[in-house]
Amino acid sequence: MNDGFIAPEIDWAVVAPVLVVLGAGVLGVLVEAFVPARARRVTQILLTLAALAGSLVAVVLLWPRVLRDGFAFIVDGTYLLTPFTLGVQAVVAVLAIPGVLVIADRTSSGEDAFAPTAAAVPGTAYEDAARQAGLQQTEIYPLVLFATGGMLLFPATDNLIVLFIALEVLSLPLYVLCATARRRRLLSQEAAFKYFLLGSFASALMLFGIALVYGFAGTVSLETVVLVLQHPELSPLGTMPGLVLTGVLLVLVGLLFKVGAAPFHTWTPDVYQGAPTPVTGFMAACTKAAAVGALVRVLFTLAAGFDDALRGDIVVALWVVAILTMLVGTVAGAVQTDVKRLLAYSSIAHAGFLVVGLVGFSELGARAVVFYLLAYGLATIGAFAVVTLVREQDASGVVLGEATRLAQWAGLGRKAPWLTAAFALFLLSMAGIPLTAGFLAKFGVFQAAVDAGAWPLAVLGVLASAVAVFFYVRVIVLMVLTPPADERAAPEAAGAAAPGAAGAAVRPVEGGGGTAAGVVTAARTAVARATVVVVGSRGPAALAIALCALGVLLVGLLPASVLDLAGEAAKFRP
Amino acid sequence: MELTNYLGLAAILFAIGSATVLLRRNSIVVFMGIELMLNATNLVLVTFARMHGDITGQLLAFFVMVVAAAEVVVGLAIIITIFRARRSASVDDVNLLQS
Repeated sequence: MNDGFIAPEIDWAVVAPVLVVLGAGVLGVLVEAFVPARARRVTQILLTLAALAGSLVAVVLLWPRVLRDGFAFIVDGTYLLTPFTLGVQAVVAVLAIPGVLVIADRTSSGEDAFAPTAAAVPGTAYEDAARQAGLQQTEIYPLVLFATGGMLLFPATDNLIVLFIALEVLSLPLYVLCATARRRRLLSQEAAFKYFLLGSFASALMLFGIALVYGFAGTVSLETVVLVLQHPELSPLGTMPGLVLTGVLLVLVGLLFKVGAAPFHTWTPDVYQGAPTPVTGFMAACTKAAAVGALVRVLFTLAAGFDDALRGDIVVALWVVAILTMLVGTVAGAVQTDVKRLLAYSSIAHAGFLVVGLVGFSELGARAVVFYLLAYGLATIGAFAVVTLVREQDASGVVLGEATRLAQWAGLGRKAPWLTAAFALFLLSMAGIPLTAGFLAKFGVFQAAVDAGAWPLAVLGVLASAVAVFFYVRVIVLMVLTPPADERAAPEAAGAAAPGAAGAAVRPVEGGGGTAAGVVTAARTAVARATVVVVGSRGPAALAIALCALGVLLVGLLPASVLDLAGEAAKFRP
Repeated sequence: MELTNYLGLAAILFAIGSATVLLRRNSIVVFMGIELMLNATNLVLVTFARMHGDITGQLLAFFVMVVAAAEVVVGLAIIITIFRARRSASVDDVNLLQS
């Protein structure tokens, strides 16, 4: 009988990328308690950026070692680094930095995107008092750090328990972040509500899948499950392939939900539209990177143990998901009238292209996916950062929320040529136009699909990209060639100023407490009355947009070094 | 008693939980459905742990309880925020975000 506790030996350097971020998150909570209110925001921003930079440095320092050994792990692979995992961690850390910069920007309107106190009921005197007192919700930054920590951990494990915990660690802060918008708070809370209910439903399904896989193999370690798949006699229930098939499919549901692939995509447009825009950008880029990373880790590892029948079943499921996702993303994207929803459907379409790259379970696919995630993430964060700066303004010159209706973006090229150019660049990269990062990314995933014999998927992907080009270019044409709506509509609007409508415009969507219909009417009236203005960035968001634009261009024009790094990161199993 | 009976019970509970999520209107009840799904999973885990004579499943069940508790904290906070703003906890009333 062994009655002493034997402490495991832990190689702290291996966990450093995650530990730095989660540690800084805990410090951030302490900052909330001990640092005076005036200094809190600056402290939090510096701490957050330092933690992300530290995580990136840790990844870079670990890179040669993991590349040489092929893996690094602690405690039986509960935390397992492979070159692929480290590549995904690098992408997440790189993308989180501009993401946080956008979150930190207060713009020339002097207010950030977050409610002064997110717990206040929209439209109450308490909320007004909080706004006038200049309160701010600096808990945003630790929440972002916790979410990032979960994202870094998500693809970095061999253990299904840790996979589930990482999923929750990344999701729970995101649910809260979604509910914190300063403007259109009812929409923001609604986004959080939908994301939470659907997200926890998906994670419950995934957990049940994990339980079934555990029942099949008697272990939750992926590598051991592979061993049992190859030698069924090792486990008493090893002769029940139905158990593992159902289990793996349910785990896939959970992961595909986070990726935002159809038919598990329904939350994406609503949540992306309702959440505060900086959070949307961060969430769209980093969550997708982490979730696809975890999907590759789980699926590609298990694929080594699949027999032909099981492999066939899973591949069919992936084909259906890929086709459906590309279809939904491009077709629904083409008819959107709201720029955030448009970007959300574009993100769904990208999820489809990513799944196309996965069907071969090959290193070629893993490499293409890492590159794709970087290219997509840069363009997405940049695009949402631009959205945060295009605002509505009421008659008295007060800057309101974002002007997200596409019609309001008409003629933006004249008001803000640089911003328009950056947005056009991001859209072109998403469309996959040559000389941008998006082109090589799409080429990579389609190449991986053709290599795996899935050429019909690649053909469909190219067709879907062609349709997508149409709706990206439509937005660019709207911004550059169409005259601004307020110029065209100004004469009529001046004549039709009803007294009631003017009153509603002062307090746009925040007029909560009333019925939902009343709110919608108030919102519509406000939108109809407001003019569109481009607010200046106070630095961080402009820096983020510049970084993303530079990244998209550099990766597109000089892809060699990034492709080499992605190639090094292709090895997904120890 | 056969251990497989526990698995059958867990499957029934899980099905009831998912049906609750998909069919009921009140968000608190929907949320209870999710909790039921998690607890059904716990039963599966513990039963499999018994079948395999292995402790991992029980360990996982403990982690699930902790995660479920954390989820309740965030979930109820969100539901209450919505309720205070709209005086309704019905899933159907949350419908501003449709284009």
